Amino acid sequence: MIERTPILNLATHVILIFGLVIILVPIWLAFVAATQTLQAVNSAPVELWPGDQLWVNLQQAWAQSDFGPKFVNTLIVAIGVVVGKITLACITAFALVFFNFRGRVLIFWMIFITLMLPLEVRIVPTYAVAANALTPFQTIMDWTGISWLITALSGVEVALEWNLLNSYTGLILPLVATATGTFLYRQFFLTIPDELVEAARMDGAGPLRFLWDVLIPLSKTNIAALATIMFVYAWNQYLWPLLVITDRASYGMVVVQLSDLVPDQLTTGGGTPTWHLAMAATLVVMLPPIAIVILMQRWFVRGLINPDK
Amino acid sequence: MRRAYFKFSWIAAALLAPQLLIIFVFFYWPSAQALYWAFTLEQPWGGGNTWVGFDNFRKVLSDPYYWGSVRVSVIYALATTVLAMTMALTLAIFVDRQLVGYKAYRVAIIWPYAVAAPAVGLAFQFVFNPGAGIFSYINSIAPGWWDLSKYPWQAVTAIVVAGAWKQVAYSFIFFLAALQSIPRSLTEAAAMDGARPLRRMIDLQLPLLTPTFFFLLVINITDSFTDSFGIVDTLTGGGPFRATDLMVYKIYADGFRGFDYSGAAAQSIILMLLVMALTFVQFRYIERRVHYT
Repeated sequence: MIERTPILNLATHVILIFGLVIILVPIWLAFVAATQTLQAVNSAPVELWPGDQLWVNLQQAWAQSDFGPKFVNTLIVAIGVVVGKITLACITAFALVFFNFRGRVLIFWMIFITLMLPLEVRIVPTYAVAANALTPFQTIMDWTGISWLITALSGVEVALEWNLLNSYTGLILPLVATATGTFLYRQFFLTIPDELVEAARMDGAGPLRFLWDVLIPLSKTNIAALATIMFVYAWNQYLWPLLVITDRASYGMVVVQLSDLVPDQLTTGGGTPTWHLAMAATLVVMLPPIAIVILMQRWFVRGLINPDK
Repeated sequence: MRRAYFKFSWIAAALLAPQLLIIFVFFYWPSAQALYWAFTLEQPWGGGNTWVGFDNFRKVLSDPYYWGSVRVSVIYALATTVLAMTMALTLAIFVDRQLVGYKAYRVAIIWPYAVAAPAVGLAFQFVFNPGAGIFSYINSIAPGWWDLSKYPWQAVTAIVVAGAWKQVAYSFIFFLAALQSIPRSLTEAAAMDGARPLRRMIDLQLPLLTPTFFFLLVINITDSFTDSFGIVDTLTGGGPFRATDLMVYKIYADGFRGFDYSGAAAQSIILMLLVMALTFVQFRYIERRVHYT
């Protein structure tokens, strides 16, 4: 289609560039701040052009926040969450789509409803559960009299305990349930033709073999899409690790570390706020997920858009 | 529906079990626990919880601080949603014209999606800082006029701007995808009828975006209720004078700093109902009313 619209084209570029400026300005200012000395960053009219202190500041911020082990932790948690979510989504959706049993719809809805209960909303009781992940079972056994029965029969007091605080399990496990992922996989499995299932069965393949040899190779794009979104989601977790991890030296995550960098009276003790270090640390922390999103742009967009339509 | 199935066996049960166990322990149990706490009160000297009916809710709802929190949450939700969606829609419509360099524009608008909320909060704390950021210009002209830690309206403005900034990318991705799924034949037919690009935007593209628009409206509002914690925590810490004490932040503060589990649980229940209502609206009403072609 050929249309000559020189004025509108110019306007388009002007509007887009204006939009870009709004989006980039805050990060540009943060970047400029990260390249300056303590004096320069606190001088009244803000600098708009980078200085030469970026490397120095990055090193100092890195050392000060002890980012080395924290990046490793964050990476472990992010990969754990990504692998966990994809595995769970895949096997749950597989069971829901390719097996015929009563209660399929009920189970699907039970998983889907969890979308309405985001972590932030149920944060206090979820934290209580994390302190002892077996509480639900203990309570149920107490109520139903099973623990009484066990005590009476064997003389063993039933006290189940599994503390998840300050552990990778505690960081990962509550985050791996995934309604969106299950939904995305279910949608994909529903498009698999019946003939494929029949052919597999005729060849004598059991359900697990069919899943492993046929479905998983077919769902590679699905995996890439989900992995991108889930990695960003896991890397950027803040509230949950803030609560679950009190031993920051061994289990701290990088994003949580940002809360310690807010330059206020508490951190500087009335001294000059160290904005240059805070901004350098901010840049370091946000870089990995940004890189993933830009590199995996195609998959990421697809993964975001599919589940909701 | 599917005709070919595998027979139900222990395999299916084993495949379903992990996810069901996790949602039972970390979703349903805590939600039930919240309900229990909301209707009971812990005895000050131990001895378990006693049933108090709606007392906790009454206490929460008669607390002026709670209503202040609701008020600022609603302001935050509406303001960030309107700002982010207007910006995202404008940018998406113009990026969709696919002029030179549109791919570069697209990447440049998408990446903020990946920035963590506390990082956004921290960056904007610098931007809005009265002593060092861009607002130090204003303060060098009118000293003391701009100070987030003193003036509530400025703190609210700051979290709204930061929240909206973070939301733009998400809405943009959806708007752009919706625009690109408009059949080319429609656009060409309109062009042949003499509709210039601007006319097509108003009469063709905008109406076809209605489903996406409603979908994003609900998602953005829900997100602003749940996803705002990181921004508030690093940008304002709920202050000054509780001016930015959003609902999620207040639940956190009451529960973990005030150890008022019952009060926090009652607030959680109210917020849960709100999120449920919004999600319900999204799935029932919007999906049915608006048709995709």
